[in-house]
Parts: sequence; structure tokens; C-alpha cells
Amino acid sequence: MTGSVRAEGIVEGRLGKDEYDANFSDIHPLLSRHEAFVESDRCYFCHDAPCQKACPTSIDIPLFIRQIANSNEIGAAETILNANILGGMCARVCPTETLCEEACVREHSEGKPVKIGLLQRHATDALLDAGKQPFRRAEPTGKKVAVIGGGPAGLACAHKLAEFGHSVTIFEAKHVLGGLNEFGIAAYKSTENFAQREVDFVLSIGGIETKTVQSLGVDFEIGQLRREYDAVFVGTGLSAVNKLGLSGEDDLTGVIDAVDYISKLRQSKDLSKLPVGRNVVVIGGGMTAIDIAVQSKKLGAEHVTVVYRRGQDQMKASAYEQHLAQMSGVALLTWARPSELIGDKGKLTAVRFAETAENAGQLVDAGGTFTLPADMVFTAIGQLFVADGVGGAQPLALSGGRIVVDQERKTSVSGVWAGGDCVAGGQDLTVSAVEDGKQAAFSIHRALSV
Amino acid sequence: MADLRTNFLGIKSPNPFWLASAPPTDREVNVVRAFKAGWGGVVWKTLGEDPHIVNVSGPRYGAIHGPDRRLIGLNNIELITDRPLEINLQEIKKVKREWPDRAMVVSLMVPCEETNWAAILKRVEETECDGVELNFGCPHGMSERGMGSAVGQVPEYIEMVARWCKQHTRMPVIVKLTPNITDIRFPARAAKKGGADAVSLINTISSIMSVDLDAMAPWPHVDGKGTHGGYCGPAVKPIALNMVAEIARDQETQGLPISAIGGITTWKDAAEFIAMGAGTVQVCTAAMTYGFKIVEEMITGLSQFMDEKGYNSIEDFRGMAMPKVTDWQYLNLNYVVKAKIDQDLCISCGRCHQVCEDTSHQAITNLVDGKRRFEVKDEECVGCNLCAVVCPVTDCITMVPQTSGTDPRTGFEYGRPYANWTTHPNNPAAKIAAE
Repeated sequence: MTGSVRAEGIVEGRLGKDEYDANFSDIHPLLSRHEAFVESDRCYFCHDAPCQKACPTSIDIPLFIRQIANSNEIGAAETILNANILGGMCARVCPTETLCEEACVREHSEGKPVKIGLLQRHATDALLDAGKQPFRRAEPTGKKVAVIGGGPAGLACAHKLAEFGHSVTIFEAKHVLGGLNEFGIAAYKSTENFAQREVDFVLSIGGIETKTVQSLGVDFEIGQLRREYDAVFVGTGLSAVNKLGLSGEDDLTGVIDAVDYISKLRQSKDLSKLPVGRNVVVIGGGMTAIDIAVQSKKLGAEHVTVVYRRGQDQMKASAYEQHLAQMSGVALLTWARPSELIGDKGKLTAVRFAETAENAGQLVDAGGTFTLPADMVFTAIGQLFVADGVGGAQPLALSGGRIVVDQERKTSVSGVWAGGDCVAGGQDLTVSAVEDGKQAAFSIHRALSV
Repeated sequence: MADLRTNFLGIKSPNPFWLASAPPTDREVNVVRAFKAGWGGVVWKTLGEDPHIVNVSGPRYGAIHGPDRRLIGLNNIELITDRPLEINLQEIKKVKREWPDRAMVVSLMVPCEETNWAAILKRVEETECDGVELNFGCPHGMSERGMGSAVGQVPEYIEMVARWCKQHTRMPVIVKLTPNITDIRFPARAAKKGGADAVSLINTISSIMSVDLDAMAPWPHVDGKGTHGGYCGPAVKPIALNMVAEIARDQETQGLPISAIGGITTWKDAAEFIAMGAGTVQVCTAAMTYGFKIVEEMITGLSQFMDEKGYNSIEDFRGMAMPKVTDWQYLNLNYVVKAKIDQDLCISCGRCHQVCEDTSHQAITNLVDGKRRFEVKDEECVGCNLCAVVCPVTDCITMVPQTSGTDPRTGFEYGRPYANWTTHPNNPAAKIAAE
């Protein structure tokens, strides 16, 4: 039976088909060719361009924009992909407002940066639509590299290594490659199966073998790969989540890990079959919190509230994402932490919160409490690296629970490189994962070329 | 409000804005619409002899656009009027009667025979129009038949035809010049010698707009083949301005009335041509791009400008800039400017540095104390203005005249008295040898 936004409890089919389609269509208004010309003309072609410096993958932004301005979208895409092979996805998911577009001199002069992200999308879409693989493999070197994890870091590493002529094997725990591009980011940012189209594009260079449903620590260990391959790259991402540590977290129906739910949503072929609560509460302040909040709303939840323990400007989600949430009808509530999950007959009914404050840099309870009705609460309070399989006789050094790497993305163990969210000190962005994979590939190539 | 009325060769118009002889002035309906919109006068599209010519039915116009399709330059291969002479004459007479306060000049183009010119002048006179303009300018089509620019490129022909026309009509005769020559002063001098009352310029410039790289043919093309057309619009204004200045300051043609044409799009363009000596201005491309309403901007803008400057009439500022045009050899070599970058306005795009570094004198920093910062190095700056012209921010980079102290680039004191190339020691032909 079709529900409605006011139907009690966690139910499926709150909306009609047209509403699901509209809610999960592409969030970005695409630039037409003419709009791309006009927008590209706004680029000043800066000296030592600040936008390029702000890009973790150092895409030559002024050059690709100038190429678009002169009807060379394919050339523009090659400029982008040469620096960032996942430039198509990054055009969709990068927080450009805190990277290239924040650095754009027009942002400083008029508060309206060149729409670099949309221009990048314009170019990369053209190339992917044309079905071109602009990069060619070098002569095979006979060297073998194992890449663990088929997410952004692993794909970027594999592509660059393949370009150098090495033979690459990607080990992926899930049944398909893509990592967070496939399972994590919000559906309205990656429509029409884009993540898989991009994976296919990356693999089309050749020389990359993929082994899916192969988990590190379960099916193999790093030590074993070190013996069988000339180099190993670890790009496993973060496969566990932080817990609230509240009673009822594991047994009350309605307490759900946001990452897990988003993964289901991304793989869902029919969103009307995906149940969602009427009163949804999201705990957290990062991109995942915003993504699950907005998507819950788009699935038909009547009330969605993000509750964050600190202030809005301390949220890890960018201002753009916060704005997006608010425009979608999500309420942002700050300075409160969950203190109790309240249930009735095994089902969540409400969440009690303790008001918080900052005292000399420390987060403390401010004394007050309040309760929000909730049939569904999503936890989005950070993810954890699972270090299974990286130990053994020569364990990888960790810091803060993540893998330690140097500038070249070398780990503490010779022959093993790492990158992406699983390494310490990263930005947890797709674009920085791509850079890690790329830099590791350069380093591996140097090591194998000796 | 300033008085915009003009009296050009006795032809009166309420403002200096005339529509040039071109498609906008092809017929009664257009011209009446123009007069209703406020245009001060028109030069009726060029009349020829019957049987009238025919135009192509393929594309007649091509253009160069900016990225937002702002039209920067226009090119056409349209010929003179393609309607019977009698119809044009009837319409001219009717419109002039209905709009007596507007200037009505008629453009003419017939073969280079005295009888042909005498015949058409007689018929045109009967329309009671205010004057005629001899089309010695169109560079396409008609020039292949020995008319238009084929006449304008030979000073002797210009003089000859102008003289015939002055002999055969009492009407003022304006000679319209082609820019497709090496030195505009020669045809202007010829027009004056022939007795012409004025010149108008520039007509269009021979041009091929672009090449269609798919068809591998000129664009636009007619059934696969193209021909050069006449180029006009905002892009040609500097060329026209120079040619007007050359005629205005030439000793032989000084004082010869000029009706200026060439890329005039705004009041400011018009004011510039008037300041260079033009008595009226003629507009075509701007009207063909935006319609007749643009004249409202031109009238109000010019009026506002004149009020601000205290000019009561067009004559008050006409030609004021002309004496400031000189030859390179008379420029003051002791005048020194240095670029100055307003750091508050600078948005740090760094283009000034990039172009100075790559293509000029390496006179702008990119880093100061390790930080991105663009400052002029006076010891390298030659005052060329390149940085200022490429800077995207208005007034961010200015060229500051140096009056006291020593130029760190040359070691010379600033503020030395005027001296030019004619007396410079490096000039082998210097009139006064260096001591």
C-alpha cells in the first residue's frame, strides 16, 4: 500500500513514482554549450592560478576552461583526466566551494567564482559520452601490482600504473568497484549509474584485472600479496563506523548506521521499496549526516532533523551542503548530544538530548535536556579504518587508527603504499583519494623502474 | 539640456545621429520607423540605374561574436538597392515631405560616365532631398562592375566624378570613401579637388569572416562558395577614427566637413568622432544589431555629457581632440610614466605579471616576501601600458606620470623639458646634432 509522508513508523512507498524520480534526479543544473561558453569567458586565465593550487589533484583549470571556450571539450577533458582520472565524479561531488571555487579570484572580487565544477562536468561528460579513453598503455613492463580496494584511490592508482605498462590486479571486497562513489555519495549527485560508467571508463585502458568479493583480512593478507606482486597499494577506505555508545543502539528497531543505509539506497533499483521513518533524526555534522538527512527527506520522511553536538560553523559538512539540507526542508539543530534512545516494544520512539556547550575548548553538558520524537535515527558520527590483514609479521604502522604514509604514500613497510581515507592525516575527500592513488602510482613506478 | 542640432553643409538635423546608407535605410517603412524613433537623419540606401541589381538569396551577413554572442564585427555582401529607381524616388520625396526637419541624403552609385551621373542627379533633385552621397566605398560585388570602391581606390576617378556631380546639381555633394586603400588622405584630397562639399568615411573593409572547417569553405557561403564582404561594426571603430583624424589634420583637407562612419555604437563613440572633427555621425551596424531604439541612449548620453562639460552645442567641442593627434616623431621622449597597481583593488589574477614577464619587460613581481603579490618594479617598467590594458579590474592599474626624482631604469632625472625624436642624438637625421 502506498503510504504518505504522514504515515506512522518506518514504511516504504511514501511518495509517488514521479516524486521519487524528481527527488533523485541530477541535482546539478547542467551547462548548455552556450552557457559553458559564457561561463568560460569569465575565467581570467590567472598566472599561477589559485584554483589549480587549491585542487588536491592540481588540475590545470585555466587551461581546460580555455579549451572549453574554444569548442575543445574533449581536449579539456583530457587536461582534467590527466591530473584526475575520476574528474567526472569529482565534478559532481567535490566541495568546490571550499577548494577551487573558493580560491577563484572572482570569489574574492565579486563573490561569484567561475563555475569550475560545472565546467569540469561539461567537459568530462562530453568525453565519457563520446566513449573515448584518451590514455594509452605503455609497453607491458612485466611488473605486477596489487591494488586493494576499488574505490577512488585504488582506481586512480590502477589507471596510472596501467598507463605505465604495469599489470594491475584490483582486489575489491564488494561485488562491484567504485567504493564510496558507488556506495557512499548521495544518489542525486551521481545519477544514471555514473559511478559504474566511470569505473568502466577507467578500466578501459586495459591491463587491469579485477577480483571482487575479496576482503583483506578474510580472503588474503598483505604479506601474501607482497610475495606474489612487485608492489602493493592499500586503498581500503573506512569499513566500520563509530557508535553512539547508548543503550538500545543494537537492538531497537529504527537505530540505523547511515553509511549502511546510503549503501542500500545507492544499490536500490526501486526507491519506493526503501522504507523510511516519518520522524527522522540524524546524529552527526559531516557530509554523511547531510547526505542521509537530505535523502531521507527526498524519500518522503515528514520531519528530518540533524542534531550536531557543536555549532554550525564547526560542522564538517560544507556551508553549501548545510544550505542544501536547509533548502530541502531539513532542520539543523546544534549544541546537543544524544543521551538516551527511547523505545517502546522494541521500536525506537524518541531520542533524548543533552544540551551542550564549549568550556575552555572542552565540550560539556550545559544542563538542559529535550526529546525529539523519532521512529528512525541515523548515526553518522564518523567512520573507522579496519586494520584486519595489515598486521602479520610486518605490520603497517598506524596513527590514530589509520595507516601512516610519507609524501610518496609509502607505508612503513617496503613495497607497500597506501592512500585514500584509510591513511592518516587525509581530507576524506574523493579528490584527495584520487591524488593519493596517483602519487602512489608515480612512486611505485619509480620504484619498479630502478 | 544641450542643443544637439547640427548644420552640416546647410543640411539641418535635430541631432548628429544619421543612419548610414545601408539596409536600415532601404525603404520608406524603415526610414519612417527610424524617424519616429528619433534619428536625426538618414542616408538613403544607394540608388543605382534600372534594371535594378539582384541580391543573393543565400546568407548576406556574417559576424564575429564574443562568447555571449555579443556582435563585435559584421560583414555583408548585400549590394545597392534591389528595387526600381522610381519607387525609391517616390518614397524619398514622400518621407522628406512628411519629415521636413530630418536630414535626407541620398546615396548614389552609377557607372563612371558623366551622362549617367547627370541623369540620376536630375531625378534625385526632384525628390527635394537635402543632398547626395557618392558611394565610392562598397568593396564587394559592385566593385567588380567598376563602381563602389573601384572608384574610391583611384583618386583621379574620385576627383572626376565629384566634379561632374558638382556641375550637374545644386545639392551638397558628399563623397563616401573606402578604407581599402593605403593612405586615406589621397582620396580625400581628390574629393576636395573635385569640389566635393564633404567626405564621409569609412565604408566597409574587405573581409572574409571565417572559414567553415567542416565545409572547408569561407563562412558564410552561398551554395558552397563565398566571396569577400564589407566589414563593419564595433571592431572597425579604431580604424575609422584614425582615418577621420588623418583627413581632419591633413593640411590639404583641413576644414573639409566630415560625416563619420565606422563602428559607432554608443553616444561615447559619437562624441569621440565629433571631438576628432566630424560634423555628423552615421550608424548602421548598431541599428542592425539592436534596432532603432538605440538612438535614445545616444541622444541622452551625448546630451548628458555635454551638460556635464558645459558644451552648449555640438560645435562647442567639435574637433577639440584633433590638434592633439600628431606624428610619432613629435611625441615627448622625456615624458615618463610608471605603472602603479592599486593593491586594494587588485584581485591577484596575476595577468599583469604574466604578460609583462612573457612579452614585455619583466617589470612586475609575482611574489613579495614569499607571498603572492604583484608590484611594479620601477627600475624595469618602461610605462608601456600593457599591464593596465590586460588588467580585468577597472582603474586597478594606472600609469602615473613621474615628475620628480630619477628614473631608476634610465638614470635620467624626471621632468626634463620636452624633447622629441627630431632632435634626439640617436636620430641620424636629427635637425640639431648632439653636442
